[in-house]
Amino acid sequence: MSERLTVTVERPDQIVAILRPDGYINASGGEEIAKEAYALLGGGVVNLLLDLERTRIVNSIGISILIEILEKVLDQKGKLAFCRLTPTIEKTFQIMGLAQYARLFPAVDPALAWLRGETE
Amino acid sequence: MPSFERREVHLTLPVARDMEIAATAQVGVLGELLQMERDRIDEVKLAVVEACINAFEHSGTPDRKVEIEFVADEKSGRPFLEVWVIDAGRGFDPARVAEPVIREKIHSKEKRGWGLKIIESLMDDVKIESGEHGTRIVMRKYL
Repeated sequence: MSERLTVTVERPDQIVAILRPDGYINASGGEEIAKEAYALLGGGVVNLLLDLERTRIVNSIGISILIEILEKVLDQKGKLAFCRLTPTIEKTFQIMGLAQYARLFPAVDPALAWLRGETE
Repeated sequence: MPSFERREVHLTLPVARDMEIAATAQVGVLGELLQMERDRIDEVKLAVVEACINAFEHSGTPDRKVEIEFVADEKSGRPFLEVWVIDAGRGFDPARVAEPVIREKIHSKEKRGWGLKIIESLMDDVKIESGEHGTRIVMRKYL
């Protein structure tokens, strides 16, 4: 868990990108995600999916960085979604109200459909 | 629930980056001993992480240490996992900690301040005792 978080990026098409962090989302982990997200946003990809399948803990510092990413996505009129969250992470996002601004999905495909505008 | 005797673990953490993760390991062991569901163990882990981060970042504890007591026990036949996070720092008044609101955090420079809200939301009972000689956060989660 204390090993540095890694992030892989997948581009299934020109509309969306999937970021897959692996590890603990703390300050440094959040910064790794932000670095990749800002590179995508800078390249015009404004619809981002964070697939949290391989993350079991997101601390409040990591969450504050996720809010920064959300802010930049909203500034560019994009959409941010999360999928495959543990029940604890989903509960935390609901407690914070983050789910009012970013959608949470149980799986990748419905999240991608929403980001592509195929579903409400 | 099988019968069990009270179990206690004591951990001293140095104030250092990522040391809060060492505390989550103890939560995992005692939670499994209690046969607590994994999701509930994860909730305790996150609450402990947040309490440790609060102590690391805000207490200014002169000994650069945080003491943690983990207790697996039962009360009136209800098993619980309790964690005490103790520092010898400057203390704070929990009543003066502002309730964070996501609407106000977006496009604000200050995006932090979620720790106590997360702790209180994830645990069943939380007590915070704080004064000029330090802070003790006592968090309990029933099975």
